[in-house]
Amino acid sequence: MDGDRAGAVGNGVLGSRVLRVEDQRLLTVGGTYVDDLDIPELAGAARVTFVRSPVAHAMVTGVDASAARGEPGVIAVLTGEDAPPAEDKPMAEPLLATDRVRFVGEPVAMVITDGRYQGEDAAELVSVDYEPLPAVASLDKALADETLLFPAAGTNVIAAAGAEDSTGDALFEGCDVVVGATIMNQRLAPVPLEVRGAAAAWADGRLTVWASTQNSQIARFQVAGTLGLPPDAVRIITPDVGGGFGAKIGADRDQIAVGWAAKHLGRPLRWSETRSENLVAMTHGRSQRQDIRIGGTSDGRILAYRMDFVQDSGAYIRGDYLPGLTRLMASGSYLIPKVECSYKFVVTSTTPIAAYRGAGRPEATAAVERAVDLFAARIGMDPAEVRRLNLVPPDRFPYTSPTGATYDTGDYVAALDKVLAAAGYSELRAEQAARRERGDRVQLGLGLSTYVEITAGDGGGESGRIDIHEDGTATVFTGSSAHGQGHDTSWSMLVQAELGIPMKDVTVIHGDTDAIPTGTGTFGSRSLQLGGAAVHKAAGEVKEQARTLAATLAGANEEDMEFDPRTGIWRVHGASGTELEWGKIAGAAGPDGLTADVMFTADSPTFPFGAHLAVVEVDTETGKATLVRHVTVDDAGTLVNPMIAEGQRHGGIAQGAAQALLEEVVYDADGNPLTGTLADYAIITATELPSFELLDSQTPTGINPLGVKGIGEAGTIGSTPAVQNAVIDAVAHLGVRHIDMPTTPQRVWAAITDAAKEGAR
Amino acid sequence: MKVELTVNGEQVAADVEDRMLLVHYLRDVAGLTATNVGCDTTSCGACTVLLDGESVKSCTLLAAQAGGSSVTTVEGLAAADGTLHPVQQAFREQHGLQCGFCTPGMVMAIVSLLRENPNPTEEQVRSGLEGNLCRCTGYHNIVKAALAVGCLSGEESTAAAASGSAE
Repeated sequence: MDGDRAGAVGNGVLGSRVLRVEDQRLLTVGGTYVDDLDIPELAGAARVTFVRSPVAHAMVTGVDASAARGEPGVIAVLTGEDAPPAEDKPMAEPLLATDRVRFVGEPVAMVITDGRYQGEDAAELVSVDYEPLPAVASLDKALADETLLFPAAGTNVIAAAGAEDSTGDALFEGCDVVVGATIMNQRLAPVPLEVRGAAAAWADGRLTVWASTQNSQIARFQVAGTLGLPPDAVRIITPDVGGGFGAKIGADRDQIAVGWAAKHLGRPLRWSETRSENLVAMTHGRSQRQDIRIGGTSDGRILAYRMDFVQDSGAYIRGDYLPGLTRLMASGSYLIPKVECSYKFVVTSTTPIAAYRGAGRPEATAAVERAVDLFAARIGMDPAEVRRLNLVPPDRFPYTSPTGATYDTGDYVAALDKVLAAAGYSELRAEQAARRERGDRVQLGLGLSTYVEITAGDGGGESGRIDIHEDGTATVFTGSSAHGQGHDTSWSMLVQAELGIPMKDVTVIHGDTDAIPTGTGTFGSRSLQLGGAAVHKAAGEVKEQARTLAATLAGANEEDMEFDPRTGIWRVHGASGTELEWGKIAGAAGPDGLTADVMFTADSPTFPFGAHLAVVEVDTETGKATLVRHVTVDDAGTLVNPMIAEGQRHGGIAQGAAQALLEEVVYDADGNPLTGTLADYAIITATELPSFELLDSQTPTGINPLGVKGIGEAGTIGSTPAVQNAVIDAVAHLGVRHIDMPTTPQRVWAAITDAAKEGAR
Repeated sequence: MKVELTVNGEQVAADVEDRMLLVHYLRDVAGLTATNVGCDTTSCGACTVLLDGESVKSCTLLAAQAGGSSVTTVEGLAAADGTLHPVQQAFREQHGLQCGFCTPGMVMAIVSLLRENPNPTEEQVRSGLEGNLCRCTGYHNIVKAALAVGCLSGEESTAAAASGSAE
């Protein structure tokens, strides 16, 4: 069995399908998520229940908590008047709303009770007076600037870029063909299965917050900053985290409020939201309106591309990096001579937008992949052929795009060809032609996407420390943080590979800022290439220290010491009986022990790439699209554990298919959410997906010593436009040119019907 | 009110609020926190347990309604010596879990599904799991794990799928 390799010692472990060390615990007693904590520090902890705004935009003219305060089990009701004031800037976000609410779900008060059910009862009794204001529930309303969410800012526009550089129609000079469209990249809910949660305790002048987060170290600075505490006075502990997908980066407003309330009341508190709260108060993702235009020659050369988009921020600024990432990756995997991209970033009276698996890159990819298909359809060329003609060729790397991204390594054409061959593309096209010819009710659609994305694009580094103990075991402290990615397994593999210490003797610690004060955590598919590289680097330093210690112990010269990574044994070259094990060497180290504590920083981001082919069937009478096959290459450089990498791809593909087919957060014109429960939000299930067909491809990067790129988001970035393009392709012969996501039966049916009317004219 | 249950073979009794949900009884009274709460509309299945051998969503049942019954949670699946139940083992071997939050409910749903149909097709597995959401795995390896157990040979498979519960 593959897993037996986990017990083997030494090299050969990297690149193998080692079973996860996390699983035994998760499968038998379950993880310890924040709401599961049963620890002395939280003994007698009271429960927090938030009172949230039921209206999108209103002045808050009064909060009467007297009835709630009289209820049994109610310890306190805290309002905006009790909380620390918001920062002094025009679009600042308070902890609890004071004068104004800006989205349905915004926290207004906190009810503190002994028991969980009492909190829900008492929250109902908090009476808040709202004086309604017009909602700003659409991008057009926001851009109109007639109703301002932040009057002091004077506008709903947070930022704008790129418009000043626009060359207008001149961009498309020399093009035989120019096509364009206005398309929506709809708002999504991240829906990690574990909702948001936190617990907090104030003791001896220090605040400890147990938080479901991807980044304890970032959370520490956020909590300390908001509460006016020195960072040393805050400790963040991250227990198991039940998924994040970008929506658990750092500490969010409600988690910080729980920390504040614990300090304010001097009493330990616990908070775990309901799913209905989660769907309106955890950040959402995507939400861009994109104007795309593409031009080229009638024989398939793309010469110019423009995207102008409006990025929805929701009610506050939580994702200011999003539009810049979209702009950076605007031209995707194509070598397009002229590219222009501009954006406006606006506030609306809706749930704030932040990172969601891909964070700015799926939006860029969806736009350019639609544009390429529109262009291919207009010139009557197969979209695979148009892609092959225009992809950045392998001899052009490193390639700097017109928007300033430098793609490190890749072979985009090879990825495309591999997918086409494995899928049997020409046979599928023949099958499609036959169904069209017969006028079948169920038509076949083939959708392609050839993508490149940016990972570890934040420019930061990651910490890694390895302690070797006198019993020969090792402890790894990592600033990176897992919420399903299997860090314990991969980091242990890296230690075994470098030091020959078996994985079972390696303990991995993350997510406690007292143990690991320096670090960044997990987002942007950065973990392995920065956090893993840090572990690799620390192991190298440990080895150099060990060489000196081993030489002293053996009474030999350092250069005569040799190390066998398969066994983890040092010896003097050619001399039997001089074997030294790790425990012995650690015992000879000074008072600090045998340890290395490093920061790994890469010189630049990495650029994973790949190709996806989606095959869908569309029932032309009902409009229902079914994904029947999904074939991909997702090249993220060298693989440390192919099994884990495939798992990341599977999850990513599913979330992309979910956006293309089903999922959308919907608001009415008054800013009321219409998708506030999992009964309304169409989260994708097992019945709506096929098993995926993954192809292997590994093109190492030189950016880090492991040769790895990020894999967490690639699947989503690639699959979303492939599935959307496939649905449109299935009905293209009926005159349909574009269908916005999600391509629900209603939308597909309407597109077919509209095209038929158009054709009859 | 007093609610008495058998949970993983052990008697549990406590005075609880009339309105206490079974899932909270398991977590807060019995101290078994593997069973998770992922929604409030009976949509996600993270709270799936076996009630007298049938899979139920324990967030949609009052503890009082389960009084006198026998409940099996994922904590009750593995053998006393730590040997994993075949479904747990298949999840590990097929990488059927990532963050682990949906896993206890997902495992219990599959145990139940395989008791009803020891050798399901992929389509039957997928349709049987419609009420259990996972956001990490894209369901690919969960389905593979269920099929791997289903593929165990003949009677052994049936026995394996039915064994391990402490009810």
